[in-house]
Amino acid sequence: MNIMTEQSLENAVGEKMSAKSNEVIKMRGDKVGVFYGEKQALFDVNLDVRLNQVTALIGPSGCGKSTFLRCLNRMNDTIDSARVTGKITLDEEDIYDKNIDVVELRARVGMVFQKPNPFPKSIYENVAYGPRIHGLAKRKADMDQIVESSLKKAAIWNEVKDRLQEPGTGLSGGQQQRLCIARAIAVSPEVILMDEPCSALDPIATARVEELIDELRQNYTIVIVTHSMQQAARVSQRTAMFHLGYLVEEGATDKMFTNPDDQRTQDYITGRFG
Amino acid sequence: MSSLLVLAIVVAIGVVAFFVGRQRAAAHDNGAVKPHSRAHYHGWWAFLLAVLPAILLLAVWTIGSSFYLDRHIHAALPERTADSKVASEALDVSLVKSLAKGLRQLDANTTLPTTFAELQPMLAAKGVALASDTQDYMIPIAVEANAVQSRLGLFGAVITLALSIAGAFYALRQIAPRARARNNVEKLMLWGLLAASTIAILTTVGIVLSMLFQTISFFESVSPMSFFFGTVWDPRFAAAGSGGSQGQFGLIPLLAGTLYIALVALLVAVPVGLMSAVYMAEYASPKVRSVVKPALELLAGIPTIVYGIFAVVTLGPFLRDLSAALTGGSPFIQGQSIFTAGLVMGIMLIPVVSSLSDDIITAVPRAMRDGSLGLGATRSETIKRVILPAALPGIVGAILLTASRAIGETMIVVLAAGVAANLTVNPFEAMTTITVKIVNQLTGDLEFNSPQTLVAFALGLTLFALTLVMNIVALYIVRKYREQYE
Repeated sequence: MNIMTEQSLENAVGEKMSAKSNEVIKMRGDKVGVFYGEKQALFDVNLDVRLNQVTALIGPSGCGKSTFLRCLNRMNDTIDSARVTGKITLDEEDIYDKNIDVVELRARVGMVFQKPNPFPKSIYENVAYGPRIHGLAKRKADMDQIVESSLKKAAIWNEVKDRLQEPGTGLSGGQQQRLCIARAIAVSPEVILMDEPCSALDPIATARVEELIDELRQNYTIVIVTHSMQQAARVSQRTAMFHLGYLVEEGATDKMFTNPDDQRTQDYITGRFG
Repeated sequence: MSSLLVLAIVVAIGVVAFFVGRQRAAAHDNGAVKPHSRAHYHGWWAFLLAVLPAILLLAVWTIGSSFYLDRHIHAALPERTADSKVASEALDVSLVKSLAKGLRQLDANTTLPTTFAELQPMLAAKGVALASDTQDYMIPIAVEANAVQSRLGLFGAVITLALSIAGAFYALRQIAPRARARNNVEKLMLWGLLAASTIAILTTVGIVLSMLFQTISFFESVSPMSFFFGTVWDPRFAAAGSGGSQGQFGLIPLLAGTLYIALVALLVAVPVGLMSAVYMAEYASPKVRSVVKPALELLAGIPTIVYGIFAVVTLGPFLRDLSAALTGGSPFIQGQSIFTAGLVMGIMLIPVVSSLSDDIITAVPRAMRDGSLGLGATRSETIKRVILPAALPGIVGAILLTASRAIGETMIVVLAAGVAANLTVNPFEAMTTITVKIVNQLTGDLEFNSPQTLVAFALGLTLFALTLVMNIVALYIVRKYREQYE
């Protein structure tokens, strides 16, 4: 059943690709499985991430959505016991290939975490951190330019422009999260992964970050893990539903929230899930 | 009655009170009223009330009666005259007391001779040896003192036991379904914990005070100016009784040696310890970590005297011969040198630095590492630019704690640094430290009240102040660091 859906989807995508450039597949997961030691956390996930779209991953806690997200920039490598099977491509290139430099990959596929985690440095240094280690700016003026434009893109420039030398940890939770987004943007990634970016924020800060995600879609491809159905519905174009380590179904967000194919998706989005 | 026996009886009363209390409380629980406290709390409350006040009273009584006995003996002794045969009044009293102790060994119905010369063989037969300057007139005083002591002891025992029984009865009378025995026990626990934590603090205060008084009497004969700012250390050892010769007690050469050796030790320990901590916290697989970390901490368990022996027997001669081989003639590294002592002390301190820094580095939240790695930083970039800066205040605190250990270290420097109080900048020469000089001044048969001995207390107090300041600064920095996340 799953394979059938996948097959028909791919056909549909193939048809559209010739017509619309924004249906280009940026990242593709092919039979992705993840083991933590002996325990398998993710089973045979086939999921595509489309260029300049927001893909939301939903599902109950422990369903494997964050695990899948962390595979996309190989953050699972930092966990000693984790092992990934299957194939994940970025622009048709296998990211688990031996020739791939994982450090370079993470610069192309950036990540924003659940809890805002600014470094204990100034706001300026937080944003300049990535460009500095990747040598993106030759002169101070270039760096200033990168910092300013990143903070502007993350919609936080007006709030912090007069206090760039103050510590990033002194900002409010919502501001910290936008600072982390600015930090991720500063290295000009192609894909931005967001792991429940609003779960530690209040509704007002959440609204600002959601707005920001929608704006960022113009220039970046975004994958977001969220526990909030409303958030998935508001910000994403595609939604994937995970359950117990399996991908239940994937499709256009509108369709998923109005007329899902799978009963489990129906139950989950209407809040009837065990 | 001996205090130990009284103590045993008090505890026995307490145990009985515990069982009776528990029994009664259990009997009260007939299901009509929900009992406030479980039965054993009533038992414990009865036990504590029976034992604690009684023990406190016994302690106070014992101390008080020994004071009283001293005064009593003192009053009974004859007026001191110019030709008194015993050196001092305090000695008089202690002679009487040991005589009294000896007499207690004899059978109660023995008729005592009136002269010490006759008494001594009788006591010697019982295995009691007494000082030969015990005087004849002390015998009746000692007998009298024994009588007073046994009266005091008996009276003390009686009131202690009475208080214990009263406490037990008071607690047992209180037992009722709604009596708050549980809260009472809780309150007493709090006081117990408070007392335990005060002991360490009071002891520290006691140590400082005891050193302070000796230090003050040292400064009566040597001016603080010449002690703190003097550059010559030459105490002129004077044997007991000879008196007269006044030495020079300049702290500067010792302080310089202490700090110099500590500096060398830190130059060895900090880089090596820090790097091993980084490896342990960031790179080592759990398997490697589980082997290497305990092995490293094993180093911390080696007694420092063993390090000292290693320095003086193996490393010192080796370095001397090596330097001799390098120059082809005379060695430029002496057998005992700042370099040798610092090197060995540094090795001793490696596990201290690495274990403290390891904890601090591990305490940096995982989110910091993830944030940096997620931006495409390598591991070493993450460590260098995020983790170490974040952990820096804690590491500085750890280094200061280590430094105060280096300054206070004794056995290694006693053996490896030498005793010559030089002022030199050449690390290959011998220099000495404050701790070495404390050991030197306090060992040997020096007259205790001479400045030559008392200077040890002044040195000790200086050392204490030095390490105290370093520890306070270290704790301040560590605490400030703790506030950084959250």
